[in-house]
Amino acid sequence: MPGVAHGKRAIVNASRPRLDLSGWGLRGTAILYLLVMIALPVFVVFSSGLQAGLSEFWDNINHPQAVSALRVTLITATIMTVINVVMGTLTAYVLVTYRFPGKNLLDVLIDLPFAIPTLVTGIMLVLLYGPQTALAGFLQEKFDMRVLYARPGIVLALLFICYPFVIRAVQPVLVQLDQRQPEAAYTLGASGWYTFRRIVFPAIRPAMLTGGMLGFARALGEFGAIVIVAGNIPLRTQTAPVYIYGKVEAGDMAAASAVSVVLLAVALVVTLSVDWMQRANQHG
Amino acid sequence: MLILLVVAYAGILLIAPITAIVQQAFVDGIQPVLDNITAPDAQEALRLTAVIALSTAAINTVMGILVAWVLVRCRFPGRRFIDGLVDLPFVMSPVIVGYVVIVLFGREGWFEGLSIAFTPKAMLLVTVFVSLPFVVREVMPVLRAMPPEQEEAAYTLGAARLLTFRRIVFPTIRPAVVYGLVLTLARALGEFGAAAVAGGGVQGRTENATIYIFRSIHDRNDTGAYSMAILLGAISVVVLVVMNILKQVQAKRSQ
Repeated sequence: MPGVAHGKRAIVNASRPRLDLSGWGLRGTAILYLLVMIALPVFVVFSSGLQAGLSEFWDNINHPQAVSALRVTLITATIMTVINVVMGTLTAYVLVTYRFPGKNLLDVLIDLPFAIPTLVTGIMLVLLYGPQTALAGFLQEKFDMRVLYARPGIVLALLFICYPFVIRAVQPVLVQLDQRQPEAAYTLGASGWYTFRRIVFPAIRPAMLTGGMLGFARALGEFGAIVIVAGNIPLRTQTAPVYIYGKVEAGDMAAASAVSVVLLAVALVVTLSVDWMQRANQHG
Repeated sequence: MLILLVVAYAGILLIAPITAIVQQAFVDGIQPVLDNITAPDAQEALRLTAVIALSTAAINTVMGILVAWVLVRCRFPGRRFIDGLVDLPFVMSPVIVGYVVIVLFGREGWFEGLSIAFTPKAMLLVTVFVSLPFVVREVMPVLRAMPPEQEEAAYTLGAARLLTFRRIVFPTIRPAVVYGLVLTLARALGEFGAAAVAGGGVQGRTENATIYIFRSIHDRNDTGAYSMAILLGAISVVVLVVMNILKQVQAKRSQ
């Protein structure tokens, strides 16, 4: 009944315009503020990155160090996201489903990465996995694995920083999930794993995806923690933000701008997809 | 089994690093930490961090409420687009934010004459940018859930716009504003990448607490770096506790 729906909307709208008329000054201020503060920086990145022409942009992107920096960033962020989605979902599931001593403390602790400066995160990881520590010696000896000044260190730092994203996206969905459904399935003889796969998983899948993607977008731009744990070795552990930082410090703005364009474009596409998926879920 | 796995993972990922830094910083007792934090250059850095964080909180609270109110209460063309813009600072690399300031205000920049680059003003600007979404995103859902009738009634009855806001709107959104404010402060206190690029990290002039840590590492002043890091870490634990108290208060109120 499209007519009814239309009528409803008309009523909702009718109660609003009065405030609009006198709100021009405030509205103008708010819009102008957002345009200057947020739209302008994006415009600056793309226009300064492309102003010298596409061929120069292409040359700057194809520089071996730039290619490698972008690749390291994408690879480490992807590995982190896969682990984060699995462990984050598991953490959220355990926090919602079970009762155990220390549960409240764990729930509080999850937000720590949002509060702690990422540079401090980097230093903590250096102290834990640094060359002189027992843990680093053990990993080196037993698994021939270097954490610090290598890619595992980058992934570890990103895991720390992005841990809350998936949990805080999945947790509310799990809380709202009708507990009778999984219980009924379980009572009817379905195994715990089967119940999770068929009942719980479909319900939380969108939240897992959006949480994971937001963490991924966040990880692409991370600088403070990585600059400490990665050691800034070109072609090996140098990420895109660290590369940009080095180029800006050296005054090579053309090189910095080209990589900035790519990095920002990827982050934008990811966030826009998340936004789009969230809208689709709300309407679907 | 699952519980054990999750607790072990969280323990290794979150708790082990914290233990490591606490242990390392206090390896010679508390005195060296205090000495480092009270040294003139550390004090200077802390003062700059505090000034910038507080200014950022003030600016983002006022502008955040305004932006949230306009986005929820007003209908205008391009509203969806503007709404989408708000989250952008969360995904823009801090280094790129700093780079934009240099392009705009640096040497041969678009607005070079304003001489903002490599000053505390540039650091304030980038800090406001990176923490801009917090208050907006906390306040918007509360405003949306609040029916506009009350506001309109007060306004129709002759209350001035400001009075309406102060008496009707603000009491409702206050918990959300405070929560957003706490998040803003936490982010502003720990900002490094953008502030380092935009401010240039000149010691005694544009060096904040995080840049102090970075320089200390380069100068091989490890105790200095760990002392400041532990101080910032302690502040973030306080922030975390405040956040949770606020959350519980909000949860109680909504029950």
